[in-house]
Amino acid sequence: MSVASVLRVRSQSANSTPARGRRTNLVPTIILIVGALYCVLPVIWIVIASTKTNDELFSTPTFLPGFHGGFVSNLEALFSYNNGIFGRWVLNSVIYAVGGGLLSTVIAGAAGYALGKYRFTGSVWIFRTIVAAVLLPQIMLAIPQFLMLAKLGMTNNYAAVILPQLVSPFAIYLCKIYAQAAVPDELMEAARIDGSSEWRIFWSVGSRLMMPALVTVFLLQFIGIWNNFLLPFVMLNNDQLYPLTLGLYGLMIITGGQAAQYSIVIAGVLVSIVPLAILFLSLQRYWKIDLVSGGVKV
Amino acid sequence: MTTLTSAPRTRAGRAPTVGSRGGRRHRTVLPIILVLPAIILLLAFTVGPAIYAVILSFLHLKISGGLLGTGTPHEVWAGFSNYIDTLADSEFWLSLGRMLIIAAIGVPATIVLSTLFALCLDAKRARLVGIARLAIFLPYAVPGVVASLLWGFMYLPATSPIAGNVIDYFGSSGIFFSVANVAVWGVVGFNMVILYTAVRSLPPDVFEAAEIDGASELQIALRIKLPLITPAITMVTLFSVIGALQLFNEPTTLKPLANAITSTWVPLMRVYAQANVNNDIYGGAASSFILIIMTVGLAVLVNVIGRRAFQRGAK
Repeated sequence: MSVASVLRVRSQSANSTPARGRRTNLVPTIILIVGALYCVLPVIWIVIASTKTNDELFSTPTFLPGFHGGFVSNLEALFSYNNGIFGRWVLNSVIYAVGGGLLSTVIAGAAGYALGKYRFTGSVWIFRTIVAAVLLPQIMLAIPQFLMLAKLGMTNNYAAVILPQLVSPFAIYLCKIYAQAAVPDELMEAARIDGSSEWRIFWSVGSRLMMPALVTVFLLQFIGIWNNFLLPFVMLNNDQLYPLTLGLYGLMIITGGQAAQYSIVIAGVLVSIVPLAILFLSLQRYWKIDLVSGGVKV
Repeated sequence: MTTLTSAPRTRAGRAPTVGSRGGRRHRTVLPIILVLPAIILLLAFTVGPAIYAVILSFLHLKISGGLLGTGTPHEVWAGFSNYIDTLADSEFWLSLGRMLIIAAIGVPATIVLSTLFALCLDAKRARLVGIARLAIFLPYAVPGVVASLLWGFMYLPATSPIAGNVIDYFGSSGIFFSVANVAVWGVVGFNMVILYTAVRSLPPDVFEAAEIDGASELQIALRIKLPLITPAITMVTLFSVIGALQLFNEPTTLKPLANAITSTWVPLMRVYAQANVNNDIYGGAASSFILIIMTVGLAVLVNVIGRRAFQRGAK
């Protein structure tokens, strides 16, 4: 603590009651509560709506849950819809997001380490290209990617959705910056003197020291792929391959204006939000989002 | 992208110091092996499609052979005709205009709200900070499509808990706010965390000095913290602007519910309709390429403006 803060505490205790220092700062607290409500209320609404049967949805007060077994029957209807295709969509999303996320993290971590810790022919030029590619909007490439893969007859399979998302210039950029700061040259030099091969230094020193960046990159990539809609939307026309986002969209199109089907869509929205939200909020402390803003602190 | 690299350090007006000397030359092929998969994939799925789209954009189909023009169509050089067609298409400009309206609502809202929340999180003696931060971050884990369905039910007169039977959320002007709201809801928490991290990394002695001089909490937030996190705000703005140009998921998902949304409502929806519904891949490629150029141009522009503003602030 600095002198200033000690002084402040002294002056406060001298001039007023000790409780004053702990008084809630109302304005920011209220702003934060309003912000939190804005972000959470739609989710609370969907949780409550999922407990209602379709009739209750339009007849009972909005924020009053239904108690007539609506929740179970909605989930049953959802998972039995079209021979249980919803479960398939969940599984597909997991395959795309976990598989694509892991692979792209390995690729970005390896490239970032190489660019951050070695200088070789073209390394500066490669890094400049990658920094420039960060500006290139990946989503807008979806249709060119589709046109190219369609020409090669490679659309409508898992690879068509995973391959274009495997390389993220931003992830490589993050890993390069992090490797540069987190893997000391001295440590690599010491390992070399001890007779370690370059590969072994990468595997047992570099990759471990880069772990915080790798976890962050994985989570960012996971969410990016999980949330992606346009790429599977253009690449796939077999609904057995749909991820959750595309499946739910299709469900909404099919049930379209029919209010009778809302409860099944609501149950689908709930199932796609809650597990992921719990997973990510519980993993929150492993995130290093400050990496995104370039603040590398080791 | 300099804002990215130098965000935390150029605050002091100095060039960022490089932690290591960037590695020395060693006789090893390992780095090349490590960087190769990324380069191959980048060439195959980023550079390749971009080049292919550019080539397609200069072609069109011509039916020839056979006396009555019944021969198989083949691709011939079209010059700039696809570009001219796109730029002459009023729907292209209308879709761009609608996108700009949504961006004009959504981007400032995102920046103001995420900055406000970040400063409130950092305020002294604010309560419920941990819960609020989690709650505001929560929508980031919700896919855009699912968020749109969620808000769709909020807006629908039959199910709306927010007076959807009184307010026409899908009306010809209301729809812009409705779409912008879904987008803002999804990104405000992520941006808040980035800005909050920027605030937290500021040296605390500056605030303590200001406090001794009698500055109020509000003055410290607006006169000291806010100018110091300008580089981070610039970066968040850059991401938001790029995000706005890529608007697709929200309007596409809300389309079945809202008659105001047409199949060519925003630029990316128009490209999709052109390439995948009308099967005009040549025109679609030209439109795609125009959009990519616009996005990159805008991103560079925001970056330059941000750096200028920052340099002026530093003087």
